[in-house]
Amino acid sequence: MTMNASRRNVLRGMMGGAAVSVGLPFLDCFLNANGTALASGAPLPVAFGTFFWGCGLNPGRWEPKTTGAHYDMNIETQPLQPFKDRINVISGMKVFLDGKGARPHFTGEMAILTGDVPREQPNYASLDSIVADTIGTRTRFRSLEVTGTGKPTDSLSRRSASVSNPAEISPAALYTRVFGPDFRDPNSADFKPDPRTMVRRSVLSGVTDQREALLKQVGAADRQRLDEYFTAVRQLEQQLDLQLQKPAPLAACTSPAQPTDAEIGTEIDSVVANHKLFAQILAHAVACDQTHVTNVVFGEATSPLRKAGTAMTHHIYTHEEPMDPQLGYQPHATYFMGRIVETLAFYLQTMDSIKEGDGTLLDRSLILAHSETGFAKIHALENIPMFLAGGAGGRIKTGMHIKADGEPVTRVGLTVQQSLGVPVDSWGTMSLNTSKPISELMV
Amino acid sequence: MVMLNTPARVFGALGFAAAIALAGCGQKDDSPVTKGGPVSLRRLTEPEYRQIIADVFGTTIKVPGRFEPDVRDNGLIAVGTSRESVAGTGLEQYDLTARGIAAQVVDDAHKATLIPCTPAKVTDKDDACATQFIANTGRLLFRRPLTQDELQTQVKDAGESATKLGNFYSGLELSVAAMLVSPQFLFRQEVSEPDPDNKGERRLDAYSKASRLSFFLWDTTPDSDLLEAAAKGDLNSDDGLAKQVDRMVKSPRLASGVRAYFTDMLGFDGFASLAKDPQIYPKYGSAVATDAQEQTLRTLTDLLVTNNGDYRDIFTTRKTYLTRLLGSVYNVPVTTSTGWEPHEYPEGDPRAGILMEVSFVSLHSHPGRSSPTIRGKALREIFLCQKVPDPPGNVNFALVQDTKNPAFHTARARLGAHINQPTCAGCHKIMDPVGLAMENFDSAGGFRSTENDSPIVTAGEIDGMKFDDSVGFTKVIHDHPQAPVCLVNRIYSYGTGRPATKDEAEWLNYQVKQFAASGYKVPELMRRIAGSKAFYRISTPGTEANNATLSMAGTSSQTEAVK
Repeated sequence: MTMNASRRNVLRGMMGGAAVSVGLPFLDCFLNANGTALASGAPLPVAFGTFFWGCGLNPGRWEPKTTGAHYDMNIETQPLQPFKDRINVISGMKVFLDGKGARPHFTGEMAILTGDVPREQPNYASLDSIVADTIGTRTRFRSLEVTGTGKPTDSLSRRSASVSNPAEISPAALYTRVFGPDFRDPNSADFKPDPRTMVRRSVLSGVTDQREALLKQVGAADRQRLDEYFTAVRQLEQQLDLQLQKPAPLAACTSPAQPTDAEIGTEIDSVVANHKLFAQILAHAVACDQTHVTNVVFGEATSPLRKAGTAMTHHIYTHEEPMDPQLGYQPHATYFMGRIVETLAFYLQTMDSIKEGDGTLLDRSLILAHSETGFAKIHALENIPMFLAGGAGGRIKTGMHIKADGEPVTRVGLTVQQSLGVPVDSWGTMSLNTSKPISELMV
Repeated sequence: MVMLNTPARVFGALGFAAAIALAGCGQKDDSPVTKGGPVSLRRLTEPEYRQIIADVFGTTIKVPGRFEPDVRDNGLIAVGTSRESVAGTGLEQYDLTARGIAAQVVDDAHKATLIPCTPAKVTDKDDACATQFIANTGRLLFRRPLTQDELQTQVKDAGESATKLGNFYSGLELSVAAMLVSPQFLFRQEVSEPDPDNKGERRLDAYSKASRLSFFLWDTTPDSDLLEAAAKGDLNSDDGLAKQVDRMVKSPRLASGVRAYFTDMLGFDGFASLAKDPQIYPKYGSAVATDAQEQTLRTLTDLLVTNNGDYRDIFTTRKTYLTRLLGSVYNVPVTTSTGWEPHEYPEGDPRAGILMEVSFVSLHSHPGRSSPTIRGKALREIFLCQKVPDPPGNVNFALVQDTKNPAFHTARARLGAHINQPTCAGCHKIMDPVGLAMENFDSAGGFRSTENDSPIVTAGEIDGMKFDDSVGFTKVIHDHPQAPVCLVNRIYSYGTGRPATKDEAEWLNYQVKQFAASGYKVPELMRRIAGSKAFYRISTPGTEANNATLSMAGTSSQTEAVK
């Protein structure tokens, strides 16, 4: 960690009046004149997002009827029809248990996002953290997490077995965090580094300087946990570094409107209203290069969504509501599925409304939208609804319906990693291990 | 799956234990020898953090911001803290909180009382004054004196910042903020040393002992007295340790420690995200939820600490406390307009003990209706330390539904369907009868005698013991042999930050006997644990292989229990 010591000295020098940019990590985010690419000629950075919801969709009502290109959305995914050429629908993926017990509403999300079926607590980092380590290391926030039903612990993003990234539950709080007093508008003309920030940055280096000594004092498992703490310190240092530099202008960057939260809870109209606010803030945060990775949890996996004044929740409906003999599905449970898909479409629409040169924010993003179960009534771990939206800046082909035949869900995660440049040739544990990305989608 | 104690063994033990004289203060620890556990690295919980700030800087300092959520492991957040770390998001929050606190410490309202000296010049650094302040404060925050290196770095940083910003206090402010985000503060890092009394074995060093002791008994950072005892080596002698334990158990602060333990054990952190449908339960809001938790904690500390009562009576006591707001839920007139007044449920009242209080029944319910299954699972896991298995995957719930007659009137009728299905029965037989005994209380804790116009029946049987109604049920739990066994195991696990190991089963059995012999007195139990060698013993390399976690009661024992 001699780097830290020297950076610390540099900062000390800085405080003494030396040039601001010397010795600090230089950000390659200076754009060309029309804002379509970096000044160096490289394209705008790729962004990754997840959108998770609990309790699946009805089998037979969400998968397109045809496979391959030129498909049409089925009944339950109609709100996504306008984006069908920019979405891949992936059906027929499965979770293998290898004799381990299934924990309803938990096993599926773990398999998809960590490539593993844990017996108790999660064992591995989640997909978004793996991706963030490749595409998100130079931004103010490594990733941003939100959830719609009020529990910060419902976040599925985790850096390791011991570190989860808790989710914001309030749009107003998220707004303050990203666009509040610490936000440096890249398009603002005047910039003056704050001496207090310089001092804080220097003091924080003092914490980092103790890393080696402290790591020596603890056993292997705790060493990893302490190291995770120091990783967090480095991220905080990086945030301060960014505040000390004049950011490069970004044509598409504007602050979103300051939001007023709808009631935070489980009532469906309020949940959707808060998601619409989250969608605006997250899209603007990516457009302003504050983060490259966003994670949205529509709500807790055992979906507590409800209509005002009723005792029944989405989750309870999926198990207890009888199948309507005429319709062939559970109408109350299906109502909530409709609201979820409609909200996913709103997120995509919001990203697509941010124009960047010839394309949109959606074009340079890759969004993995998925549930944790297929048919929730029976906690099915097969045919889990999965979607990949956006072209990842040309790194992935779109507009396909991939119909798998009971293949491991980890193929989707591997596809995401490889298309976004994570150097990995296989992913997942035991029967979930795969070295086969979805080749039809790879560019 | 080893079970700590079958009922027969506990009962057998009680007869034997009753003859043993109570070990008094300073008496030599005669409990079975254990191999100890690993040193731990525990992240401070939010309540611990808040308590430390109040103790070190005073209660007028506000702790702004929110905290990274704590994780529950093996039934306790205290155990979860041994696996948690800090994420980027979390550190961002800690940093905001630390800066908020530091700004208050040096503001005009506080600096005169909190900073023990005044600088020669306000506009520049003053290393002597800074050293005095940082050494004092750092000792309390790091739970040990700062090392020379640490102190020098802090003073130097404070000095440079003071010079740069032209203000002595701004320098100290940055120093306080830096200490509050440092790993030495955020993590309770234990250190072990060779045990000179037992060659080849290891024990916690004196400062680590002081921390374990202080967080266990008082839920906060060690006070000056305790740190002093650690510095002098007192905590390494039986007498010296016993003296400190005695001081702390006798202190009024023991009540904070007992409250903290039960807040963790009862899962009250769940209230932070608990919501009830306001149209169904218009009375239930965050004020009721707050009072409901306080009611239970008051009931517990009054019984267990103030009156040094029998732990098992928490299930049956008719004495509690109410506010006027709670009175409206309990349908009891409360004369005090603000604050608390004692209340005794009349003879024949369906409520008794903490299980029938609003806190337990409302926390373990759906937002819009009660849930006997969730309540039954909670009671088994929280008070009997039995793990109820998760439902299997790919279960067709259609089996339990009569689509021709979807409206079963009562929960008992609805759940009857589960009980009659072999795939579901195994687990639901464990949970449902327990929860159905509490069906007189709706999701918000209100009393009801019918559901959908059908009368609610609360009679039933658990683990071979029959009861006629909710109060009869509380008596059955009172006499359940697993209840004290569970408490001893869990409170030990709470103090050490890890599940007990198989190797410690004998020691725990011994403590259960002593607990019974003492008349199930919780302060005495805490004194015994805090004064024991086992509580501080650290496993040596090579013995870790034997540290397989002790399972209190796995699925096999439960299946036995429901036969």
